[in-house]
Amino acid sequence: MNEYNFAYLDEQTKRMIRRAILKGLAIPGYQVPFASREMPMPYGWGTGGVQVSAATLTPKDTLKVIDQGADDTTNAISIRKFFQKTANVEVTEVTKDATVIQTRHRIPETDLSDEQILVYQVPIPEPLRFLEPSEPETRKMHALEEYGLMHVKLYEDISKHGAIATSYAYPVKVEGRYVMDPSPIPKFDNPKMEMSAIQLFGAGREQRIYALPPYTKVVSLDFEDYPFEASKAEHSCELCGSHNSYLDEVIVDDTGGRIFVCSDTDYCSSQQKIIKEAV
Amino acid sequence: MMSDRPLLDVRSVTKMYGCRIGCSSVSFDLWPGEVMGIVGESGSGKSTLLNCLAGHIEVDQGQVLFDTRSEGMKDTLLMSEPERRMLSRTDWAFVHQHARDGLRMSVSAGGNVGERLMAVGARHYGNIRDEAIDWLGRVEIHHSRIDDRPTAFSGGMQQRLQIARNLVTGPRLVFMDEPTGGLDVSVQARLLDLLRSLVREMGLSAIIVTHDLAVVRLLADRLMVMKDGYVVESGLTDQVLDDPQHAYTQLLVSSVLQV
Repeated sequence: MNEYNFAYLDEQTKRMIRRAILKGLAIPGYQVPFASREMPMPYGWGTGGVQVSAATLTPKDTLKVIDQGADDTTNAISIRKFFQKTANVEVTEVTKDATVIQTRHRIPETDLSDEQILVYQVPIPEPLRFLEPSEPETRKMHALEEYGLMHVKLYEDISKHGAIATSYAYPVKVEGRYVMDPSPIPKFDNPKMEMSAIQLFGAGREQRIYALPPYTKVVSLDFEDYPFEASKAEHSCELCGSHNSYLDEVIVDDTGGRIFVCSDTDYCSSQQKIIKEAV
Repeated sequence: MMSDRPLLDVRSVTKMYGCRIGCSSVSFDLWPGEVMGIVGESGSGKSTLLNCLAGHIEVDQGQVLFDTRSEGMKDTLLMSEPERRMLSRTDWAFVHQHARDGLRMSVSAGGNVGERLMAVGARHYGNIRDEAIDWLGRVEIHHSRIDDRPTAFSGGMQQRLQIARNLVTGPRLVFMDEPTGGLDVSVQARLLDLLRSLVREMGLSAIIVTHDLAVVRLLADRLMVMKDGYVVESGLTDQVLDDPQHAYTQLLVSSVLQV
């Protein structure tokens, strides 16, 4: 047995976070302020996601942590170890075996079920922030549903690049009400947000939690003549040959050689397994 | 342009800053298509009055009735905040003295003009852009500058851009706070010329605050002279400027340098 309270945080803190989560679920897309705690990791490493995961985990849960889709990167490994040590929960790399998945900037390729919870790490929860620096003003804009400014950003994109160049953290409208930052997931993942799992978003430094209940309507903002497009690299995965998963570009030598591979490592290895078994 | 009721009916508006007077029991009517000038020295309460009317600061006493499209005369001071903010991005416009206060400096000229359109629900990029090009033309900014940021514009151009941005949704009432302040005289003359033609073309009503008597002589139909928070004289512009009655107005008119 270890000396930590279950999942590191004390029970009062978890209660407080759970209240914020419930409020977030009750008002999909609304940013609920919460008293974010200092965590034993730097801001930007997922302190918000970790607190939400800590408040969500039960001893029976199986945890999966991914960073840009991968299970084996520093961020994913350290957060997984953190919960192994402080909560002693089962961990897995297999998407369908996990009950709680903490993610940094990706949604797994495998469809999630209504038995699962997806926890996002969010750096800047306010989608209007880059055009309107004042917090009281952005809150008022949310309250009064004044979202014209969000389209100004997309307008600027088109006028500068000839197309909506925003490729990640692409703003969405939730249930026809709140405009929400989906965290820096690629816009390829945006359509997947209408899913059967619960989605929770935690921003530690900014002290905000927001949430999407299952099957919430999530619409990516766009213009009538420049519709939203869930884009990905025009390649297939070098390792598993998948045509429909999101790809990372990897530079393999210093003569300009590059390959495209699935960013979701679990999906890629399961696809490779299927191919191997078929042969 | 005949109408049976004023567009704006201001009744004894008072604003105190602690025990100091901001402006005291100001009343006037503004009729559709009419331009009202407010002149006075610095600290006379003219900007305070304008901000009270536009809903930027809270008023202590009085009523500001506006002829809304749906409900007729309505006290804007009693409106809910969403309603007032909606009004200020559709039927109202506010031109700041410093273009920087009224523009988004990090957004292109086209985006600046398009913002109000998008705020009232325009979602077709091509149409928004056509409208922006049209408006840049009307304020004499070449359409090739549409993707430049206002930081790349001269002071006069920034001010014209601010005007385009405000007028794009076809407001009925424009508040202007020293629209020509800080511009050199030749640029001022062109801006005034432009404002005058826009006001006439669109049948706008406007309230212009300025300390420059030449501006009101050119633009305003009627004039109010303010001193120490009180309106000391009002009437037709030419009447007030040519035959000032109040001692302060006489001083003001005689202080204008003749070149």
